[in-house]
Amino acid sequence: MAELLQQVVIGLASGSIYGLLALALVLIHRATGVINFAQGEMAMFSAYIAWQLVQWGIPYWLAFAGTLVVSFAGGVAIQRVVIRPVESAPVLTVVIVTLGLLLIFNGLATWLWSGEVRTFPANRPFPTRTFEIGGVVINVQDIGIILVTLGLVGALWAFFQFTKAGLALRAAALYPDSSRLVGIRVGWMLAVGWGLAAALGAVSGMFTAAAFPPLEPTMMQAVLIYAFAAAVLGGIDSPGGAVVGGLALGVFLNLVGTYADDLQDLGFPIDLEGLRLPVAFVFILAVLLVRPQGLFGRAAVRRV
Amino acid sequence: MRHGWLGLRIAGVVAFVVLIAILPNFLSDFRASEFARVGIFFIALTGLQILTGYTGQISLGNGAFMAIGGYVSAILILGRPGLEASQLEAPSWLPVGDGMKDIWTIPIAALVAGVFGFFVGLPALRLRGLYLALVTFALAVSIPLILREPETLTGGTNGLNLFGTTEDRLTGAIDNSVHIPVLDKDLTFNDWTYYLAWSIGLLGLAVAWALLRGRPGRAFRAVRDSEVAATSSGVSLASYKTLAFAISAAYAGAAGALLTIVSTIVTPGSFPVFLSIQLLIGVVIAGLGSLVGLFLGALFIYYLPVGIQELAEVGSLPDGLQDAAKSPGMPSVIYGVVLILVMFVLPRGAASFLSKVSFPLTKRL
Repeated sequence: MAELLQQVVIGLASGSIYGLLALALVLIHRATGVINFAQGEMAMFSAYIAWQLVQWGIPYWLAFAGTLVVSFAGGVAIQRVVIRPVESAPVLTVVIVTLGLLLIFNGLATWLWSGEVRTFPANRPFPTRTFEIGGVVINVQDIGIILVTLGLVGALWAFFQFTKAGLALRAAALYPDSSRLVGIRVGWMLAVGWGLAAALGAVSGMFTAAAFPPLEPTMMQAVLIYAFAAAVLGGIDSPGGAVVGGLALGVFLNLVGTYADDLQDLGFPIDLEGLRLPVAFVFILAVLLVRPQGLFGRAAVRRV
Repeated sequence: MRHGWLGLRIAGVVAFVVLIAILPNFLSDFRASEFARVGIFFIALTGLQILTGYTGQISLGNGAFMAIGGYVSAILILGRPGLEASQLEAPSWLPVGDGMKDIWTIPIAALVAGVFGFFVGLPALRLRGLYLALVTFALAVSIPLILREPETLTGGTNGLNLFGTTEDRLTGAIDNSVHIPVLDKDLTFNDWTYYLAWSIGLLGLAVAWALLRGRPGRAFRAVRDSEVAATSSGVSLASYKTLAFAISAAYAGAAGALLTIVSTIVTPGSFPVFLSIQLLIGVVIAGLGSLVGLFLGALFIYYLPVGIQELAEVGSLPDGLQDAAKSPGMPSVIYGVVLILVMFVLPRGAASFLSKVSFPLTKRL
């Protein structure tokens, strides 16, 4: 039992990372109907920026904040420069553009920082020591990641719910034409959406570098797949669903990894350890076949 | 349909076929092998175009269908004796035969992949848009991992090597000095693969064209444009969606089998996730819902990465650029930039561009 709880906490921590990136995907998808395939590589790039700032002697949390600002600005700039020109093109065209961005960020990171693996200085952002509650060994870093994630999600929710800017963002995403009529600058709102997504992704990237070191250009590719899966699991248009989906997926994957051996001992014919990804997908497929709109998504009702 | 259009189209098709037929005469042997791979992409793109362009079902997983075709072909070519020679073994219930001639494995690979595609099409009946994209993407990620697992049959991460398998099973040895007699002509292995890939490619194109202009094609387009309207006009969503998946997968399976034959080895790494993504890039570049631009799409996805690599090596660039192009990471940056620029210029793909260009020509006819 203690081991199970312990694995659940570890799973929640990695699930937070997937959830953050999933939330970034959902933000952009809600506003524009596009899945940003570059989200993971943008997050990876942000993590490198944070690493560079730390290398220059800036304290970690200051670098963290700085990276958020830079990432936000970067996200806004990307939307204005690269996405806007294809705004009226078919959705798949925009998707291909984000694939181009994926390649660019991956290449840039390899070029600027070389493909060599890097690590953040030890004990960043959270101490990695452990403590024990009732026989359950818990890592401070895991708790830190979970808490920061929940805090961020809460803050984001409050922003969208209670501020005028948040309202404008939601309006621009849902009813662009009406929003334009009441004076909301829809184009800029979409750009801000990209900026927020980039900042969320940056947190996900920095946590990935901390929780699954080392820092390398390919580190976010698996995370992006999990985030995509988490977003779909939760319902691609549901921010809360994305986070819950991420957490659920993190716990599920971790438990499959932990108990794969035991399953095999019980006579299960296949070693699932190497097949965690396919197993997760089968699980998601099963969920989707029952609820095609995801756990928290609303079924689209269309007028014919 | 105006007659001028038809005439121009027929002329275009004839010119294309003639170009394909005589091209190897002007190409080095090495280029011919490259163009064989362009042909393989062409086949896979034709299949994806039917599914995504005409039926509106987005697939990020056609690389997985290619993987299935590739492995089926490799296992059949080797057969039981060939597998044993590689210290592998097929389960006794599996009809792997005693080794087949490589080209006969292609239709079987297409069939197996097609049946698999049919089953993938079943969940597609409930899922649409991004949800379907995720499920197909999951295939692209999972299938190579799953194919790795039954190590005794598929050789695990090392895959299956056809190089040096008995002479009569593989039509050409890799050794380019071996010439393959076809219709009184001796072809090098590379020329042979070129003609093989493009014969199948053109055949596939003709089949796709015939299919799409008839009843199934109309049904596919109806499903794409409005599922509700299609259903109310008596088009069975279930049949046509699964049919589109099966056909698309069969094309991909044939392409995968060809890839196996051309590269004489098949590993899980032959079908990375990026392959599926490349195919999607290819159809978007070609232009969704049109067969015209597919050749350009195939050229683009094959030659862009290769071309960047060559530019970096040949040294024809100015000094500063040359160094930049050589540094790690740069090829991928260039790929990304070119991709984005192409999408800026041709947001609806090459097909719409071609029809725009040819309109002033055809409207006078």
